[in-house]
Amino acid sequence: MALAKSVYNLLFRRTSTFAITIMCGAIVFERVFDQAGDTLFEQINRGKLWKHIKHNYEEAEEE
Amino acid sequence: MAALRVVATTGSGRTLLNAAKCTHTHKAQMSFASLPKGKKVALTTLGVLTTGGIGLALALQQSVKASDLELHPPNYPWSHNGMVSSLDHASIRRGYQVYKQVCSACHSMEYLAFRNLVGVSHTEAEVKAIAEEIEVVDGPDDSGEMFTRPGKLSDYFPKPYPNPEAARVANNGALPPDLSYIVNARHGGEDYVFSLLTGYCDPPAGVSVREGLYYNPYFPGQAIGMAPPIYNEVLEYEDGTPATMSQVAKDVCTFLRWAAEPEHDQRKRMGLKLLMGSAILIPLVYYMKRHRWSVLKSRKIAYRPPK
Ligand code: HEC
Repeated sequence: MALAKSVYNLLFRRTSTFAITIMCGAIVFERVFDQAGDTLFEQINRGKLWKHIKHNYEEAEEE
Repeated sequence: MAALRVVATTGSGRTLLNAAKCTHTHKAQMSFASLPKGKKVALTTLGVLTTGGIGLALALQQSVKASDLELHPPNYPWSHNGMVSSLDHASIRRGYQVYKQVCSACHSMEYLAFRNLVGVSHTEAEVKAIAEEIEVVDGPDDSGEMFTRPGKLSDYFPKPYPNPEAARVANNGALPPDLSYIVNARHGGEDYVFSLLTGYCDPPAGVSVREGLYYNPYFPGQAIGMAPPIYNEVLEYEDGTPATMSQVAKDVCTFLRWAAEPEHDQRKRMGLKLLMGSAILIPLVYYMKRHRWSVLKSRKIAYRPPK
């Protein structure tokens, strides 16, 4: 409860800090959620996506 | 009805109940349970008959489809079948090789440009090299002449025939359809195309197929104007995969699925994120509903018949 209380006093108590907290929180959440989703998708489809096979074709050219 | 009182607290309810004493009440004739027996039987019969009738109509409607003569393709376990399963891009790459070396002799894919392959099955440098192999008529130049130049990334796939009439003449009057969207344009999608490509066989006894047509049980009408296009070792894969007939058919179908639905992988990626989002939201909404309703659910409803 102490944590909730200090979070409230520090961030949510005043409208200005509350709005900033929500906006920053949205950005951070978006990025984390998106990257987690991509990682999960690539994990499920390991070896099937272009990302996983392109090194076979790119390295051959750069040599 | 007047006798029914919603009471929030016993304290205030007492007065309400007392007030109700003097009002006249009558029996509510609204529920099924209070109907006479004869009516109950009649209503029940009506319900059963309606439901049964709808069920019978649906069943009959289904059986009409069974009179089709063509063979329906089985459901094959494509690696992109799952809800969040992407296409197999190595297979798309082999499938493009099959299209280019086999199918493109007769079939166009006019809605596909070389640039579409970049980042899907080939690198940009590879696609540039592929595009340069073809000659494209461009122009007019400064003197008003048309000229030919090597293809570039933005060019669309070359067509085997200049127009549908020429395509018909070259194929015994049958028009090879454009393959860009073929798996969406046929019932059964890639299952159908796979079955069609691998399904050629001798006609059963008593069935004769006209000169220039081939027997294929999966094709509506059973006689198709396309000669069996693939067989074992019809080509040699650049990645060394053994080119058996079913491998070739599977790869070209995966390629055609991608061609018809290039957004396939993105769609499933977003679907997965939607499911993840719902996993967070649905419990929250459920909790909120329970929270809001807790007031209503914990009310006390009392009924005291007037004396
Ligand atoms: C020799 C030329 C030729 C080649 C090569 C060829 N096709 Fe065809 N294809 C045809 C013709 C002609 C038709 C039209 C048949 C008809 O309508 O009777 C056709 C029809 C089709 C159809 C449509 C069937 C339908 O339901 O209407 C599909 C799908 C198809 N071809 C796929 C392929 C694929 C995939 C390849 C490469 C592996 C290929 N074809 C190679 C000539 C060819």
